[in-house]
Amino acid sequence: MSQFAGKLIGENGIRIDGRKIDELRPIKLSVGVLSNADGSAYIEQGKNKILAAVYGPREVHPRHLALPDRALLRCRYHMAPFSVEERKSPAPSRRELELSKVIREALEPTIFLEQYPRTSIDLFVEVLQAHGGTRCAGVTVASLALADAGVPMRDLVVACASGKVGGKIVLDLNDIEDKEGEADVPVAFMPNLNAITLLQMDGLLTIEEFEKALEIAIEGCRRIYALQKETLKAKYVAIKEEVEEE
Amino acid sequence: MPIFYENKQLVTPGDLLAEGDYSTGSNTHKEGNKIYASRLGLVDYMEREISVVALDAFYFPSVGDLVIGKIAEVNINGWTVDIDAPYSAALQASDVLNRFKPQRDDLSKIFDVGDLILAKITTFDRSRDPLLTVRDPGLGKISRGQIVKVTPTKIPRVIGRKGSMITMLKNETGCRIIVGQNGLILVDGEKPEDERLAIMAIHKIEEEAHTSGLTDRVTGMIRREKGGAK
Repeated sequence: MSQFAGKLIGENGIRIDGRKIDELRPIKLSVGVLSNADGSAYIEQGKNKILAAVYGPREVHPRHLALPDRALLRCRYHMAPFSVEERKSPAPSRRELELSKVIREALEPTIFLEQYPRTSIDLFVEVLQAHGGTRCAGVTVASLALADAGVPMRDLVVACASGKVGGKIVLDLNDIEDKEGEADVPVAFMPNLNAITLLQMDGLLTIEEFEKALEIAIEGCRRIYALQKETLKAKYVAIKEEVEEE
Repeated sequence: MPIFYENKQLVTPGDLLAEGDYSTGSNTHKEGNKIYASRLGLVDYMEREISVVALDAFYFPSVGDLVIGKIAEVNINGWTVDIDAPYSAALQASDVLNRFKPQRDDLSKIFDVGDLILAKITTFDRSRDPLLTVRDPGLGKISRGQIVKVTPTKIPRVIGRKGSMITMLKNETGCRIIVGQNGLILVDGEKPEDERLAIMAIHKIEEEAHTSGLTDRVTGMIRREKGGAK
């Protein structure tokens, strides 16, 4: 690993993709991209490309899964066979099942599930191109799709990772940094309620390093959150401006 | 008691709307004494209550609502009706027929799968699916006209203050317009041209629901279109 350390972050503090250590990858967000879904959103974060679709609240099929006191949130995280360099089998892998659960649990606290008993909210996160940090981008885009579907939420959920690469704590790891770096800390965060809904750590960090990593991850979340809000409002602001011009 | 936005400003889920002793209206929630938005919409500050007029939402049934539904299934003693809500509704045969006998009456002759009906919700709560009735005058099968779908939260805009918008639409286009609370609107006119005009106007209202001075703009549009057609 040490042979990579020199290359991952250069002398001038520039990372392999040309970013500074506290810089996010360029993010592009849009909502309402799928007309068949009740709500949908799309994110490009660096080389990641992810689609999210939300259906519901709707009747639960199969029926016996319905909960009498709240809605059932189901989530499927899936990577397209062409999303990575070597073809990935389209069958859900262990990792994908785990990420489905992680994304679901990151979003569950924000939704008023108890308002819609006996229904299900089905969430699909489809990774079209993966380049590190797809679980975080998945949470970010899924929460936009939920808002687009009109599902009442306590707050938007936004996720961002930080980690340790080449001995430095850096923000928003890409695929290479994730694989070759020392540690990875994905965080999902509700900015207004100031609450964390997902926190994982892979690798080794000292307590001080972890605290630093968490701090910059949350800072990254806040920056992405601003983009999320802007994206949700964009459609309506455009119409309003158009009308006022007339 | 501070408020953090201007009236009618666009807010997103989780935005802190106000702090203090307010009560929560639609699409808002309270944590301690802070009021947050729970949907994307326009904030509405009233004397004591704060609410958000949602721009993206689905229909949630409520007792007394007039809805337009589609027959999804014909059962032994009633129908299952799709009302474009998280729950499918039921219509009982005994509601339509006075003396209903399952052996004798063929329910598909009354309403068949795919038929559209105008109905009212009589009962609904957390534990049971909505129950419909078609007993009131004017309710029952829809046999003519066209259906337009709009976001349910924009229905109040289609109706307008004290019905100003809907009255204008009816007068200008000469169509019979029935608004279902679930976001489906029946437009029934003498000529297809009138219906087309009314539908166009409804789509415009939906798209620009969050802007002001809408009634005048829609009136202008209809008059222009009518002038152009002649």
